[in-house]
Parts: sequence; structure tokens; C-alpha cells
Amino acid sequence: MRVMHALIFAFLLVLPVAAAWAISDPAEMLKDPRQEARAEAIGRQLRCLVCQNESIEDSQADLARDLRQVVRQHVAAGEKDQQIIAWMVARYGNFVRLRPPFEPLTWVLWASPVLALVGGALVVAFAMRQKRPPPQPLSAAEKRKLGDLLKS
Amino acid sequence: MSGARPARVLPRRLLLALPLVAAAAGGLGFYALLRRMEAGRYDPHGVDNPLVGHAIPTFAALPAQAPATTGFGAADLRAAGRPVLVNFFASWCVPCRIEHPQLMALARAGVPLWGIAYKDHEAAAEALLAEEGNPYHQLARDESGRVSIDWGIYGVPETFLIDRAGIVRGHWAGPLSADLVASEVRPMLGKYA
Repeated sequence: MRVMHALIFAFLLVLPVAAAWAISDPAEMLKDPRQEARAEAIGRQLRCLVCQNESIEDSQADLARDLRQVVRQHVAAGEKDQQIIAWMVARYGNFVRLRPPFEPLTWVLWASPVLALVGGALVVAFAMRQKRPPPQPLSAAEKRKLGDLLKS
Repeated sequence: MSGARPARVLPRRLLLALPLVAAAAGGLGFYALLRRMEAGRYDPHGVDNPLVGHAIPTFAALPAQAPATTGFGAADLRAAGRPVLVNFFASWCVPCRIEHPQLMALARAGVPLWGIAYKDHEAAAEALLAEEGNPYHQLARDESGRVSIDWGIYGVPETFLIDRAGIVRGHWAGPLSADLVASEVRPMLGKYA
């Protein structure tokens, strides 16, 4: 029984690793582990055009597999990361990059954290300025009236 | 003091109306978006093809797809001498079958339509054309899909309009609808004729 538990535990430990392996067919990997690591790093920056929210490294789509192959061919040919990404952008536009570049079209996108902060600061400043002054102390007549009310 | 009050009340009321105005603008925007999606003029998953406005990618002649006897390459497209529609399709692709009647109508109207079978078995593509009719003037086969990647294809069907100088003028991803043909493809064909 104890052995059985140990086996199940060992299986559970291996499970996530096996799941990660299941994604890429070993046949499509490069022989040189350093080149393969580079290819994977590049692939993770590239969007699968079919699934759109997955990188080509994560996607099971046919096109993603083809693009993984292309990346590996270019890595094996000794191209730089930038060259390979530029190759993809030439065909699929900047949409293929999961991390959008800083360009006029994306200025608002990249500036949005700062814009949100400035907007929030403006709202807070406006709210502070609008704060009403503390009420005037009661006049003698009001004090007398309050006393009468509390008494009755 | 009391005279200043009404002047302050009005902008406040306007501020209260602001969320309503924003909601109404949003509603109108979504309505316009849905109408364009319905008519096939907008695809939220569509990817703009960077080829538009540029020369077609160079590619060596692709093998013929039956029943055509010759395939074609970039040089043949450039030498066509008139604007050509290039259609990427596959027999395994359901939207391609939905699009097929539009292609047949274009062919009947004399529009030169060149087809590239994307990652298809030659026999399967031939069977599709035998069954539904062959609208293509020229047919080629991209079995590995590599030439299609150079065209920025990410799914079939996709259609390009190439002018007589070999410049890509139009790109439509997804099936051409009758509406799309009438509102975009035909006018562009006329413009570059």
C-alpha cells in the first residue's frame, strides 16, 4: 500500500512535466539544445494567427506547427532573433508579435498605465477641492433652540 | 451667494447625463460593429495583410492542381496583363464551399480567377471542383503551405486582388459573400481594370 502511494505521488510529480512535453513533438525540435532554447524563446513571442491568444509554441494548430518549423530553420541558419521576428512581421504584420512594439498606433496602449494614474490623481484632486468647509459653530439662538428641543 | 447657485447646478446635471451619453454612444458603436460583421465587411479575428499596396511575393512555379495542366508562379501572375483574383482554398475547408457559388458567379462574369489549393490532396481538390464546378482559370497546389505563408495566409479561404503591375490591391480573409463581392470586389476590379 505504501509503495502504491509512493508511485501515485511520483506520477503526480511527473504529470505537469509530461503535459509540457506533450505539446511539442520531439521530432520537430533542434538537435542543439541551445539553438532549441532560442527557437522556443522566439516562438513564445509570436502569436498563433489561428488561435490568436496562444503563442506558436503553445498552439496545436497546423499553421503554428509550420511556423515553429520556419523559426527553427532560420535559427539553424544562424539568423538573429530580430531578423526572424521581422520575417514574421513582413508576412503577418505586427499583430503576430504578442508584445506590441512602441509605435504611433500603440502609444495610447503603452501610455495607458500613466494615463490611468494621471486620471485617478485628477479625480482625487477634484474631489478634495470640492470638500465642503466644516459647518459654522452654532449661534446663540440656535444653541437655545437645540436646548429646547432636547429638553422636550 | 444664492445667485451663483443655478449656474453651478447646470454643469452638475450635465455631469449626471454623461454616463447615459457614454452608454448610448457605446450602444451605437456596437450596433454599427454588429451590422458590419453581419454584412461580412468586418471580421474581429481578421488580420490585416501587410502585402496590400506591395508587390506579390516571389515564388517559383507551384505544381499544377488537376484538372489544370500547368501550375503557376509569381512570374506568371505578373505576366497576366490584367487584374487577377488569387484565391487560396482547400477541399477540407467548409467556408470555401460556402464561398464557392460566389467564385462561380465571378468566373461566369469573366473575372480571371487563379486558385491555389492550400495543403490539400490533389485528388480531393479535384473531386471538389468536379462536384461543385471549376471557377479557376489557373490552378496550382501548395502542398507544404510554405508559399502561402509568404502570402501571409492564416486560414482558407483568402482572396487577393492583383493589379496588372503585380501589386496587391485587395485582400479578403474568409469567404466572399454576395454582399462583399458587390460592395468591394467588383468596384476594385473596375478600378484596376
